[in-house]
Amino acid sequence: MSGRTFMGYRRANGTVGVRNHVVVLPSVMCANHVVDLIGRKVPDVITIGHPTGCSQVGADFEQTKRTMAGFAANPNVAAVLIVGLGCETNESKALAEEIAARGQRVEVIGIQEQGGTNATIARGIEIAQELLREAAAHERTECPVDALIVGTECGGSDGFSGITANPALGYCSDRVVAEGGTVILAEVPELVGAEHLLAERASAPVAAKLYEMIERVEARARAMHVDMRYGNPTQGNIAGGLTTIEEKSLGAAYKGGSTALREVVEYAERPREHGLVVMDTPGQDIEQLTGMIAGGAQVVVFTTGRGTPTGSPIAPVIKVATNTTMFERMRENMDVNAGTIVDGSRTLEQVGDEIFDWIIEAANGREPAAEALGFRDFAINRIGPSF
Amino acid sequence: MPLSDDGAALRLKDDDDVAVALRDLSAGSTVVFGGESPVVVAGAILTGHKFAVRPIAGGALIRKYGQVIGRAVGPIVIGEHVHVHNVEGTRGRGDLPLNALGLTGP
Repeated sequence: MSGRTFMGYRRANGTVGVRNHVVVLPSVMCANHVVDLIGRKVPDVITIGHPTGCSQVGADFEQTKRTMAGFAANPNVAAVLIVGLGCETNESKALAEEIAARGQRVEVIGIQEQGGTNATIARGIEIAQELLREAAAHERTECPVDALIVGTECGGSDGFSGITANPALGYCSDRVVAEGGTVILAEVPELVGAEHLLAERASAPVAAKLYEMIERVEARARAMHVDMRYGNPTQGNIAGGLTTIEEKSLGAAYKGGSTALREVVEYAERPREHGLVVMDTPGQDIEQLTGMIAGGAQVVVFTTGRGTPTGSPIAPVIKVATNTTMFERMRENMDVNAGTIVDGSRTLEQVGDEIFDWIIEAANGREPAAEALGFRDFAINRIGPSF
Repeated sequence: MPLSDDGAALRLKDDDDVAVALRDLSAGSTVVFGGESPVVVAGAILTGHKFAVRPIAGGALIRKYGQVIGRAVGPIVIGEHVHVHNVEGTRGRGDLPLNALGLTGP
């Protein structure tokens, strides 16, 4: 064990950030325009837009609120300004209270209370500038790898994903876990057919919860009377050589490595355990990315065969290409080439070590391609209809 | 993890029914794994795609990574492209009653 460290931001609630963002987040889509205009006047803040926050009920509303609160309280965020309308389901002050309860610095304003669009923008600019001044006082200090939650993801998978990039990421995941860190394996529909391999490395209650999540996926397919194929695996996965969901899953599960499965958490729920954790997210890339980051992931490693450029507004997303052809064709979007494993120029372990080093460097502040290109992808997984 | 003699294909586990092409293979090309009988590729196989390294009976489960990846919808000859045209999934099949796949319920 190397006892690697990184230079991170220690937060008052005990978590450690690898970025120091000030986020302006609408509690409801009706505030998107005001948030956008605050961001144009104060370009150093991160603004988020989304189509959620109103006319939602039950578990769907709870999940939306949990995702916003978790995302706003991610340790990569120094402070957050919530902008509400005033009549939304997702009451902005209640959301701000939930964020504050997680130990995050938060301010909140409402468009109806402020007296309209321009008054809210003016007040929002003042608050955003103050939060940026406060954040500038935070400094990086040396932190151990056990403070890291690393999200893993594969998107645009192909026939090489399960041979090169995912096993190399799995080797890296084992290193993160060996140093006391946490690794999230998600996209549960892409564990269908591989769940037994994870369950045999889990305690009975954890295995039972994993099987329950897998059954939810197949129950949805039965309720719709559909074959998952062509929805997942997608047309692009199939063009890349993947034939069934089982085959895709067996390759995808490699990302988590070989350690014991310690916990299974809901979408956007923060893990309590260290080590390998499964989170219930869909395979849809942006919803998965948002869920893992709302669950506290500070860094994400994303493997791709077809070439997926996506990135988060608040967390570095490291791209690992499964094949050299795509790595060279989409060089500006990629960070690591795992295709070198089949080219014979590097071993799986060497690529895994490069991914591990990238995680540490990204935690220190180095920008992977998706971050340097300015991606701000954000989407909350809905589990019920709007009313 | 057996690599073919010329490095053109990979069979992930010894008892797998399929191998993965690591580069585009043209129809009629020959792939040899160690001392085994050569496999003649029946049609063009694109990189990342699979071909049968042994005959597969119709309805048989197909293994890759030493695990089940699906079921043959008809007989598959050695060297044939193994993909969506001749393999069905056995999971996530909400279009079929559970007993149609010979699987028990949850």
